[in-house]
Amino acid sequence: MDDPIPLSALQHFVFCPRQYALIHIEQVWTENEQTARGRGQHERAHGGGSEERDGVRTLRALPLVSREHGLFGVADVVELLPDGSPRPVEYKSGRAKSRLADEVQLCAQALCLEEMFSGSIPGGYIYHVASRKRREVTFTPELRAAVLAARDGIRELLRSRRLPEPAADDRCQLCSLYDECEPFAPRDFPAGYDPFETRPIP
Amino acid sequence: MRHLLNTLYVQTQGSYLRLENDNVRVDVDGEFKTRLPLHHLDGIVVFGNVLLSPYLIQKLGRSHKPVTWLTEWGQFTARSETPVSGNVLLRVAQHACTCDAARTLAVARFIAAGKLQNQKTTLLRSAREAAGEDAPALRQAARDINAQIAVLPLAETVDEVRGIEGTAARSYFEVFSLMLRANRDFFWLGERTRRPARDPINAVLNYVYTLLAGECASACQAVGLDPQIGFLHALRPGRQSLALDLMEELRPVVADRAVVTLINRQQLTPRDFILHEGRTVTLTEDGRRTILKHLQERKGEEVYHPITGRKTPIGLIPHVQARLLAQHLRGDRPHYPPYLHR
Repeated sequence: MDDPIPLSALQHFVFCPRQYALIHIEQVWTENEQTARGRGQHERAHGGGSEERDGVRTLRALPLVSREHGLFGVADVVELLPDGSPRPVEYKSGRAKSRLADEVQLCAQALCLEEMFSGSIPGGYIYHVASRKRREVTFTPELRAAVLAARDGIRELLRSRRLPEPAADDRCQLCSLYDECEPFAPRDFPAGYDPFETRPIP
Repeated sequence: MRHLLNTLYVQTQGSYLRLENDNVRVDVDGEFKTRLPLHHLDGIVVFGNVLLSPYLIQKLGRSHKPVTWLTEWGQFTARSETPVSGNVLLRVAQHACTCDAARTLAVARFIAAGKLQNQKTTLLRSAREAAGEDAPALRQAARDINAQIAVLPLAETVDEVRGIEGTAARSYFEVFSLMLRANRDFFWLGERTRRPARDPINAVLNYVYTLLAGECASACQAVGLDPQIGFLHALRPGRQSLALDLMEELRPVVADRAVVTLINRQQLTPRDFILHEGRTVTLTEDGRRTILKHLQERKGEEVYHPITGRKTPIGLIPHVQARLLAQHLRGDRPHYPPYLHR
């Protein structure tokens, strides 16, 4: 029986498997402006409790679990429609890093909610704090499959304890672990670097 | 991102440090002295009779900023242990490497190579600035060290690596005083003597090495390595072997260079030393203050790092090297690349 996977890990993994491994396997401790800001947003959303407006109940910091899929976590916000069916809403601060990673995380929340509320959930919302706009995401079969594929990828890394290769592409400019990862540094000695060099001295 | 944060050094006896919002407030004899934002600091080093409030110690611990206590004379006595930023797999890999003679040898060889290369660089730089007959002697010592670098790849045990490193150190320290261009009659160097120092140069070197070792131990802990488990330095209870390993490459280019500069600029003069009965030497408080100030300035100086290809403040080099070593131990890079100074 595999340990359940936290929902936040899915998002890191889809953005970049190495970023996931640095955070969750190598336990790199880093605190930068972005993560601090993001936590502030989360803390507000994670105030807990619920409120009601126009017949829609808003639940905050709702614990989630799916035994079937081996996932668990906390949803920022879940809206209960008048008919009682839940819709996950994920809050995002800062620039969108990876559309796919955000959608996978949202869909994973829906998989938990479907099991917990015994119903099917067609879609959810991603709320961008900066623009104050919410965007609807449809949970297609492909997106659902992507959630489970990411979960399996994480399980494989936890088993092998591997540290994946750096992505070394555009993603790296947006990554808060750039320094810890050093994606563009040579993995071995660069040209001209030789600790055993013994050039004659005139 | 680890910016070059500043280490706060408190030398004034009778100081009291406490937490004031998110600042460290320093009082001396009940009088307000200064206030510093915590987020500008990566740690605090206190000398002798300096008091820290329990709230400050705990706040520093929670934010992974170690407190280091040194005696009034700069000898290490204690460091606070912050919640281990550790990766248990990294620590296991570090232990596994020490049990593997071939891998330990490989790391030890690269550490020694880095040290010898940087000794050579330091000697040759002084040779370019030296007068008359000093330059050829400095260059000859650099050649002797070159010969030791050439045999390093042939070393088959860590003991042999230590022997090679010792031979190079003798060539290096034999000509060390030739790098000095002021107060030469006072600054003579016998052999390296640790405790107590028997000459002024040893007194300065011991002090600077203690400070640098502290920086390296902090870097190990920040990356999640065990500072006591080294590869070139033999394991000994209470000895920060890995911190000493990391320091080896930096001794010639950070510590030794600082000593030479301070003496040549006559910022350190015979007045900064106390010659005791029985031929031992210690630094005065003013002398120690001068050295600290200079090292703090040096930490901000940017150097080119040959592996990351980026300009890096000298104060961060121990952190970068600790991370490169961690990557090697975790199989993320095939070799440990020592810092080679240009």
